[in-house]
Amino acid sequence: MMARRLGSLFLLAICGAALLPLQILIQREAAAAHFRKTDLNLDLRERVGQMGFLAALSGFRSPLAAFLWIEAHTAWENTEWGRMAGIFDTVTTLQPRSLLYWDMAAWHMAWNASVAAMQDEKQPSEALRIRAQRQYFELGKDLLERGIRNNPDRYQLYLQLGVLLRDKFEDHCGAADAFLMASTFPDAPPYCRRFAGYEMAKCPGREREAYELLSKLYLEGEAQRLPTLINVLREMEKKLDIPESERVEQHP
Amino acid sequence: MKSLRGTWAIGWNTFTELVRMKVFYFLLIFALLIIGNSAFVAKFSFQEQFQMLKDISLGAMAVFTSLLAILATANFLPKDMEDRTIYTILAKPVPRFSYLLGKLLGILLLLGLSILLMTGLFLAVLWLREHWVLSETRAQLEGAPAEEVALALREVTAATFNANLVPGIAIIFAKAALLAALTLFISTFSTSGIFTILMTAAIYFIGHLQATAREFWLAGVDIQWWTRVLAAVVALIFPDLQAFNVTDDVIAGVAVPLGLFLQTMALGGLYVAVYFFLAAMVFAGREL
Repeated sequence: MMARRLGSLFLLAICGAALLPLQILIQREAAAAHFRKTDLNLDLRERVGQMGFLAALSGFRSPLAAFLWIEAHTAWENTEWGRMAGIFDTVTTLQPRSLLYWDMAAWHMAWNASVAAMQDEKQPSEALRIRAQRQYFELGKDLLERGIRNNPDRYQLYLQLGVLLRDKFEDHCGAADAFLMASTFPDAPPYCRRFAGYEMAKCPGREREAYELLSKLYLEGEAQRLPTLINVLREMEKKLDIPESERVEQHP
Repeated sequence: MKSLRGTWAIGWNTFTELVRMKVFYFLLIFALLIIGNSAFVAKFSFQEQFQMLKDISLGAMAVFTSLLAILATANFLPKDMEDRTIYTILAKPVPRFSYLLGKLLGILLLLGLSILLMTGLFLAVLWLREHWVLSETRAQLEGAPAEEVALALREVTAATFNANLVPGIAIIFAKAALLAALTLFISTFSTSGIFTILMTAAIYFIGHLQATAREFWLAGVDIQWWTRVLAAVVALIFPDLQAFNVTDDVIAGVAVPLGLFLQTMALGGLYVAVYFFLAAMVFAGREL
C-alpha cells in the first residue's frame, strides 16, 4: 500500500510536470488579456488584514472589494475623506480591472472631497483650503492615471481624465489629449472626438489642429452638427482667418 | 456497457443520496445573501448596485461550490465503509474503478445542478433589479428627449448582464470539479473524513500560491538550492488554482478570450482526469 501511495505521488509529480506548459500558457494568455493584475504584496496585507489577505489569495478579491466599497460609502456619509482615500486605494488594488471603482473613487476625491475641503469651516486660511482642494484634485487625477495604466485597453477612464482635466485643472491641452485618446477606441462614444476638438480649440498653438478635426466632424453629417460644434468652428474660422469660400458651412 | 450502466447507477445513487442529505439548503442562504445584498445596496448608484450584486453572487457561488465539492466528497468513502455499503457494492461484479467513477459522477452532477440553480437565482435577481432600475429611470426621465432616454436605458442594460459572466461561471464549475476529484484522491488513502477535509483545505490555499512558486522555480534567480527544490515540489505536486480565478476580472467587465477560456477548461478537465486515475490506482490496492 505504501509503495502505491509513493508511486501515486511520483506519478502526480510527473503529471504536474506534463501540465506545466499548459499552466504557463494560461498565465501568459491571462497576462496578455490583463487578467489577474492584482499585486498581492505585503502592503496590501497590511491594509486588508490577515483574513482579507487570505480571502484575496483564495480568489475572493471581488467580494472583498465590494465589502470595502460599502465601508467607503459609510465613510462618505460621515464625510471622512482621508479614510475614504485609504479604502479607495485598497479597493482599486484588489480590483484594478473594475472601471467603476477607479471612476467613482476619482469622482469622490476630485469633486466631493475637494468641494468639502474648500468649504471647510474649521480651516480659516483660504490659502490652505485651496491647497487642500488642489490635493484632492491631484488624488482624483492620480486615481484615473493609475486606472488607465491598469486598463489601457478601455476608453472610459481616458474620457473621465479628460473631464477632470477640463473641469478641475482647466488644462485644455491635457484634456484634448485624453479625449483624443479615448476616441481612438472603436467602442468610444462619438462625443469623445467632439470634446477633443473643443478642448484643442482652447489649447494655445493647436487651433489649426482643432479646426481640422472639427471641420472633419462637421462634414461627417447632421449627427455631428451640434450648436456647440458650429459655434466653436465659427470662432476658429475667425481666429484662423479662414477665407469665406473655404469655411465649412459653405459645404452641404 | 454493463460496467457503464453500473457506474451510472452508482453516480445517480450518490447524487440522490446527497440530495436527501438536504445539501440544497445552502441555496436558501445563497438566496438570502443575494436578495439581502440587493435590498441593502439600494442606496448606491445602479452601476454600484449591479457590480456589488455580481461580486457577492459570483463570490458566493465560488465559495459554496468549493465547500460542497470538498465536504460532500470527503465523506463518501468513510461513510460507505462505516455503513458497510461499500462491501455490498464491491461484492457484486463492480470494479473499484467504476465505483469511484460513479461517486465522482454523482458529485459532479450535484455541483452542476447547484451551479445551475445558483445561476438561475442570480440571473433572476439581476433581471428584477434591472427592470426596477429601468422603470425608475424611465419615470425620472419623463418628458426628456427620446434619444436621451434611450441612452440612459442603454447604460442601465450595459451595466447588468453581459455574456462574459457565462464563461466565468463555467470556470467556477471547473474549479469545483477539480476540488472534488482532488478530495476523492486524498480520501482514497486518508483514514478519516476530517483528515481529508483538512488536507484539501490546505492544498486549496497552497494551490492559489502554486503559480508564484512555479515562477520562482522557473525564473532562474539566484536562490538557495533547497528553496528552488521546495518551489519545484509545490509547482509539481499542487494544482494551479490561481488559473481558475477569472471571475474577479469577469465581474469587472473584462471579456474572457476564447483561447484562455478553453485552455482553462482543458486544464480543469486534465486535473480531474489525473486525480481520478491516481485515486483509482491507490483505491485498487487499498485493503478494505
